[in-house]
Amino acid sequence: MTTTPAAIRPETAPGATFRTGRMALHAALILGSVAMLLPFAWMLATSLKSPPQIFTYPPSLVPDPVVWRNYLDTVQAMPFGRFYLNSLFVAVSVTTLQILTSSLAAFAFARLRFRGREVLFLVYLATLMIPFHVTMIPNFILIRFLRWFDTFYALIVPTAFSVFAVFLLRQYFRGIPVELDEAARMDGASSFRIWGQVIMPLSGPVLAALTIFVFLGSWNDFLWPLVVSNSNATRTIPVGLATFRGQYNTDWHLLMAGSVIALLPVLLVYVFAQKRFVEGITLSGMGGR
Amino acid sequence: MTAQTAPAPQHIAVSRWRRYRPDQQWEAYLFLLPSFIGFLVFVAIPVVASLALSFYDWNLLSPPEFVGFENYSQLLTNDRVFRKVLFNTFYFIVTIVPLQLAFGLLLAVALNQGLRGLEIYRLIYFMPVVTTIVAAALVFQWFFNRDFGILAAAIWEFGATTGLPIQPPDWLNDPDWAKPAVVILTLWKNSGFTMVIYLAALQGVPAELYDAAKVDGASGWQRFRFVTFPMVSPTTFFLMVIQMIGAFQLFSEAFVMTQGGPAQATLTIVYYIYQMAFEFQRMGRGAAVAWVLFIFIFIFTLVQTRLQRRWVHYETGGES
Repeated sequence: MTTTPAAIRPETAPGATFRTGRMALHAALILGSVAMLLPFAWMLATSLKSPPQIFTYPPSLVPDPVVWRNYLDTVQAMPFGRFYLNSLFVAVSVTTLQILTSSLAAFAFARLRFRGREVLFLVYLATLMIPFHVTMIPNFILIRFLRWFDTFYALIVPTAFSVFAVFLLRQYFRGIPVELDEAARMDGASSFRIWGQVIMPLSGPVLAALTIFVFLGSWNDFLWPLVVSNSNATRTIPVGLATFRGQYNTDWHLLMAGSVIALLPVLLVYVFAQKRFVEGITLSGMGGR
Repeated sequence: MTAQTAPAPQHIAVSRWRRYRPDQQWEAYLFLLPSFIGFLVFVAIPVVASLALSFYDWNLLSPPEFVGFENYSQLLTNDRVFRKVLFNTFYFIVTIVPLQLAFGLLLAVALNQGLRGLEIYRLIYFMPVVTTIVAAALVFQWFFNRDFGILAAAIWEFGATTGLPIQPPDWLNDPDWAKPAVVILTLWKNSGFTMVIYLAALQGVPAELYDAAKVDGASGWQRFRFVTFPMVSPTTFFLMVIQMIGAFQLFSEAFVMTQGGPAQATLTIVYYIYQMAFEFQRMGRGAAVAWVLFIFIFIFTLVQTRLQRRWVHYETGGES
């Protein structure tokens, strides 16, 4: 791109109207920001209130007194620590396996010549259109048949493969100059070494983006874990929170404390690695374009 | 994409083939194996199984019974709930998709003016995108509470101070208001995503186009209408398709916040699949609903792809 982005070109008329326009824009954006943050503030405020404070009118965003005990009550009522561990274990496994299986396949599609390559790739691509919900019921039946219901296998194995990740990585791998792996091949490197020592190290940005995308998707996934887990031993954070809601229907102080507990780690990481998150979701969301 | 798959001239193709060792064929299959097994077992076979299943009646306990097209014909002619489900889903599509795109574009244009604090605004507007939908839906359920929720309180106060006869609706218990509540939650959750994608598109619009428009005396609105809008139209098309697919697949929002109610006002297609299969144990009927979902998504995507030629502007032509 040789052209100057519109955003950074110097404005030609920095007059009074310009400054007023800017102020109005800031005012509108700040108002929007307040609207975006209000649900978070409301969640946090409620999580620190006592039940009588919750059911008073008008509602306040400032808890008085601050009831920290709600958090203790929440983790005693529901094993959120266990849910964290489950979520972490599932998300790390899914991300690792998905990137491993997908990058190997993407390497074959991008770099190796074999019979049926184009046809197989088309078959892969064709299934990208099919929503997960179509395969959900047979997968559930398969999981029961394998006696994997309510185990980590059910949560991890079916999502350890991704047609989308194969597609994304293949597009990226094809952008890497072929001369690099041909040179390595001349030096006697095996395909496996070329994958591990040439292609993968050169794919840092797309791998980082994909990692964030897959990890976040797995961490926040709801429908599949809801279908295949049935005890606190396997429930992930979203399913655990939904179960908690089922049992403490009107204890809003506890439910909001649970929500804070569920959101806090992701939001913290997000605040400190905002750029990576946005890049990861944008790049993956755009299918690598 | 077509450039590399097109047949190369014969002499090049031969020399390429020779350069690879004969065992590369098997090597390639080894590389593919882990992904392919997963693909076969958890995607390809289940797709076929799901189609087959949709012609059976099966509750997982008694043996499956072949019923032909009955699952489909029941859905389309006899099932009043399913009619409601379809209506709800279309309601969500026609409200969420345009609003989501409008908000995203508006925010992106605002943020693209070279304002200070871009990073902070982006941080805030994108924050809901990374939140867990279950927690978000739970917070909004409490947010929309008519008696003690902060939104209702704000509306009460607004009515009281202005003297206008304004009352907050009973959002989640009123069939007419539960749908807008789901729409609001979805907009809050996803606008940051469309914003970020639009922002990336806007930064690719050459400044020269704006300068030329200014020289021609175009107003701010005209510059938006005749420069910005056509230049980001490929992004609009892309977002339209994926947001539409997303709206078709709405589930968690309704499952957590409204449980599909009141009076099935927020029951969606995916929710109906879930109910059929995992609450009523009707695997065949659930699979049939899933196929109806797929057919709808397929047709809608196809129609949009056809229509895009009329309004999407590709700078380099042909690329899609």
